[in-house]
Amino acid sequence: MNLPTGREAFEPKRPTSKDVAWCPGCGNFGIRNILISALAELGLKPSEVAIISGIGQAAKMPHYINANGYHTLHGRAIPIATGVKAANPELTVIAEGGDGDMYAEGGNHLLHAIRRNPDITVLIHDNQIYGLTKGQASPTTMIGMKTPTQPWGVFEEPFNPVALAISMNASFVARTFMGYFRESVEIIKKAIRHRGLAIVDILHPCVSFNKVNTYAWYREHTYWMDDHDPHDREAAFKRAIETDPLPLGIFYINEKPTFEESVPAYRVDKRPLWKREPKLDLVEKFFEGKKQ
Amino acid sequence: MTEFKEDVSIVLGGAAGQGIQTVEGILTYALKSSGYHVYANKEYMSRVRGGINTTEIRVSSRRVRAFVKRIDILVPFKQGVLSWVSDRLSETTVVLGERGNVEESFLEGANLVEVPLTKLALETGSQLYINTTAAGLIVGLFHGDFGAVEEYIRKRFGSKGENVVGKNIEAAKKGYELGVKLCEEGTIRVDVERDEKVREEILLSGTEAVGIGALAGGMNFLSFYPMSPSTGVSTFAAQHAEEFGIIVEQVEDEISAINMALGAWFAGARAMVSTSGGGFALMSEALSLAGMAENPIVIHLAQRPGPATGLPTRTMQGDLNLVLYAGHGDFPRIILAPGSMEEAFYLSAEAFNLADKYQVPVIILTDQYFVDTYYNLPKPELGRIKFERHIVEAKPGYRRYELTEDGISPRAVPGYGEEVVIANGNEHDEWGDITEEAELTRKMQEKRAVKKLETIRKNAPLPRLVGNEGAKYLVVSWGSTLHVVEEALEKLGRDEAALLHFSWVYPLNPEARKFFEDKTVIVVENNITGQFADLLRKELGVEVHHRVLKYDGRPFSVEEVFDALKGVVE
Ligand SMILES: Cc1ncc(C[n+]2csc(CCOP(=O)(O)OP(=O)(O)O)c2C)c(N)n1
Ligand code: SF4
Repeated sequence: MNLPTGREAFEPKRPTSKDVAWCPGCGNFGIRNILISALAELGLKPSEVAIISGIGQAAKMPHYINANGYHTLHGRAIPIATGVKAANPELTVIAEGGDGDMYAEGGNHLLHAIRRNPDITVLIHDNQIYGLTKGQASPTTMIGMKTPTQPWGVFEEPFNPVALAISMNASFVARTFMGYFRESVEIIKKAIRHRGLAIVDILHPCVSFNKVNTYAWYREHTYWMDDHDPHDREAAFKRAIETDPLPLGIFYINEKPTFEESVPAYRVDKRPLWKREPKLDLVEKFFEGKKQ
Repeated sequence: MTEFKEDVSIVLGGAAGQGIQTVEGILTYALKSSGYHVYANKEYMSRVRGGINTTEIRVSSRRVRAFVKRIDILVPFKQGVLSWVSDRLSETTVVLGERGNVEESFLEGANLVEVPLTKLALETGSQLYINTTAAGLIVGLFHGDFGAVEEYIRKRFGSKGENVVGKNIEAAKKGYELGVKLCEEGTIRVDVERDEKVREEILLSGTEAVGIGALAGGMNFLSFYPMSPSTGVSTFAAQHAEEFGIIVEQVEDEISAINMALGAWFAGARAMVSTSGGGFALMSEALSLAGMAENPIVIHLAQRPGPATGLPTRTMQGDLNLVLYAGHGDFPRIILAPGSMEEAFYLSAEAFNLADKYQVPVIILTDQYFVDTYYNLPKPELGRIKFERHIVEAKPGYRRYELTEDGISPRAVPGYGEEVVIANGNEHDEWGDITEEAELTRKMQEKRAVKKLETIRKNAPLPRLVGNEGAKYLVVSWGSTLHVVEEALEKLGRDEAALLHFSWVYPLNPEARKFFEDKTVIVVENNITGQFADLLRKELGVEVHHRVLKYDGRPFSVEEVFDALKGVVE
C-alpha cells in the first residue's frame, strides 16, 4: 500500500474536509500547520494518533487533519481523551479545544486531569474570547474588554491556566503564541513526547471577535523565557504570574507516574484493551469461591 | 411453645455500626452450608452510625427469593427496633433477645424469649462478641452445621489474629448451645427440611451478579462517582481490578465518568459506568453524544426514590422514564432490568455484546432492593456466555458512518488498520465530518432513529410467561418485582392468573402483543404512576386494567402483592 508519509499523510482527503469553517486570517490555521508539522516530525502515522476535541471553532480540528478523531461535547475532551489513552496506551492522544472549552465548561475536568496525570497532550487554543458563539467573554478575556454580553466591560479576574497548573504540580506546562511557528512546533513536539499530562496554552488571535488581542498585540506583549529552568517549580510559578509581557516557553516539567502506568490493567498484560477477552476462568473461580 | 415450619423469616434489627452485617453473613453462610435455602435483604437509613437498620433472612426448605412482611423471629439489638417494625409483628412473632432492647410498650404483648446475649458475650471476654453469640444462637435453633460457622469466622476475622478468631468462635459456640437448648426445652421448635443440593449452590447478591456478569461480558474499564445504591458495583469492580487486570477509576463527577467510558469504548475497550438516578441525570448530555456518535456504552443504574436526592438508601422503580427519555434528540437505546440473580448475571454480560453490536447505550436498570438482595442459586453456566466483538479493521476507504440497510455501520477502533476513524457528536457525513446538508441529515437521522431502532426492536427477546397461556388474568412484572409477584401468584394458587415478566424493557418486540390478547392485565410496579404500564401502552398499544403500585420507598412484600391480586381476581 502506498500511504503518504510526513506532512502529506496528515492532510485529509475526505470529501468535506476541505470546507474549512474558520474565518480567513484566523489563528486556528496556524495552529493546524504547527500541529501537522509536529506530528510529521515526530514520525507518527495518522492511525497512531487520536485527536479528541470538545466544541468551539478550535475544536473543529479533527476535521481538518488526517488522524483518528472524535469531535465530542463542549468541555468534555479531556475525560474522553483520558479514556482513549487508558484503553489504548499505544495511541498518541491529543485533547484540543478553546479557552471556553477547556477552562470554563471543562474546568473541573482539567483540574482533575492534572491530578490523574494521563499521558495526553492538551492543546488550548486561547483566543481570549468565545469564537463559535460569536464573541462573548471567555475565562481568559482581559479586564475591561467590552463584548455584546459584557457591554459594561469584563470585571472578572482572568483565569491564569499556567499558574494554576503549576500550583497543582502538573506534569508539563507551556505557553506559546502561534505566530511563532518553529518555536511552537518544538514546544508541541516536546509536549507530545512528554510522558504525562502536557498542557500547552496556545495564544492565537480571533480576527472576527477579539479586536484587542491581535497578531501585533501578541508580538508586543509576549517574550521568550531564555534563562528559565523548567524543573524549578518556584521560578516557574514566578514567571507564570507575570502578566505583561507574557512569558512564552516551557514553564514547568515534573516527571511523575502516569495514569496508565498506575492502573493495574497493564502491569502484566501490555496489550490495549480492545485485544483482550473476558477472563471466564476467573469468573468460574469467583463462583467456586461463592460456594464456600 | 412456638413452632416454625418450612419457611422461617428472621429479622435482625439494630443501629448502623452495630455489626448486624456480621450476623447476617454468618447466618446466611452457615445455614446455606447446612443445606437450607436462604434469602436475605436489608433496609437501612442514610446515616453511618445510629438509626435503625434491619435485615430479613428467610430460611426455607424450598427455594425462596422474595421479601415477606411477616416476621417469625425478631432479634433486636437496641431499643426502638420493635416500634420500627411494629406493622410486621404478629402474635406468633418471637422476640429473641434481651429485655433491655425491648421498648416498655411492647413488654406486655410481645412473645419475648429472653436470651442473655450480653452475659454470654462478657463471659467470652467482651461485649463486642454479642453479634457472634447471636449468630450462633440462631444457627443453633436450626441445628445447623457449626463447622460452617467456624469456617466463616476464620475467613472473616482471620486477618485480625488467632485470638480474635478463637474468641469469636467461643462466643458463637455459647450462642449455638443456647439455641440447641431452647429447642430441646421446647421453647421454640424449628422444623425446616434440608435440601442437600443447596450445599453445592452459590450465594450471590444483586450487586455481585451485575459486577461479575459485567466481567464475564468482558468489561475492562469502569469509571464512576460514588452514589448509593450503585456504589457496590464499583466497589466490587475495584476489588477485582488487579486480578482481572482491568481499569477502575473514581473520577471527579458523573459527567467525567461517562465521557471517560465513551472514550474508552471509542478506543475499543468494554466500558461501564455505575450510578443512580441523580448521577444519571448528569450523564444525559453524554448519553446524547453516545446516540449521535453511535458510541457504545453500558450504564448500570441502581434506582432509588427521587426526585433529586430523594431517599438515598431506599428503593423504587422510578427511573424508567428517565432512562427512556434522557438525552436530547432521537436515538435508540436498550433498557434491561434483571429480576433474578441469574438474569442479572447473563444480562450484564450480554449488555456488552449488545452495546458493541448496535452501538447504542445499554442501560441495566436495578434498584436498591435488588442490589441488596441475595440468595442461593445454582452456579450460572459460563457456557452460555458469548463474546462477540463486532469490531472491524479500518482499511483504506473506511467510513465510520457508512449508510447501511439495517442502520448499523461497521465500527473500527483507532489503531486497528491503517485508515483513521472519525467519530462526531455533530451531524456528520459517512466519513464522520461535519455536515449541514439537509438530505444527508435526513438520512443520518433515519439511520439512527428508525432503521437501527427497528433492527434492535425486531431482535428483542420476548417476555417470559410463567403459568397458563389461557389464563384470564395476566400479571406483569418487570425488573426486581419478579420474585415477589411469582411467590404471590403461587400463594394465590389460581390457574386463571399467569405471570408475564419483562427483563428486556425497551424497545419491545411487537410480537409481545400476543401475550396480552383477551387478558385482564395487572401491572405490578414500585413507583407512583405506573411507568412501565404507560410504556406498554405506548410501545405495544396494550391496555392495562389494574396498576398495583407501591411508592413508600420500600419494596413490595409477598403479602401485599397477594392481597392486591386477590382483590382483583375475586
Ligand atoms: C453544553 C454547551 N453549552 C454551550 C454550548 C455553546 N458553545 C459552543 S462553542 C462555545 C464556546 C466556544 O469558545 P471557545 O471554547 O473559546 O472556542 P472558540 O470557538 O473560541 O475556538 C459555546 C459556549 C455548547 N455547544 N454546549
Ligand atoms: S471566530 Fe475567531 S477563532 Fe473562530 S474561526 Fe473566526 S477568527 Fe478564528
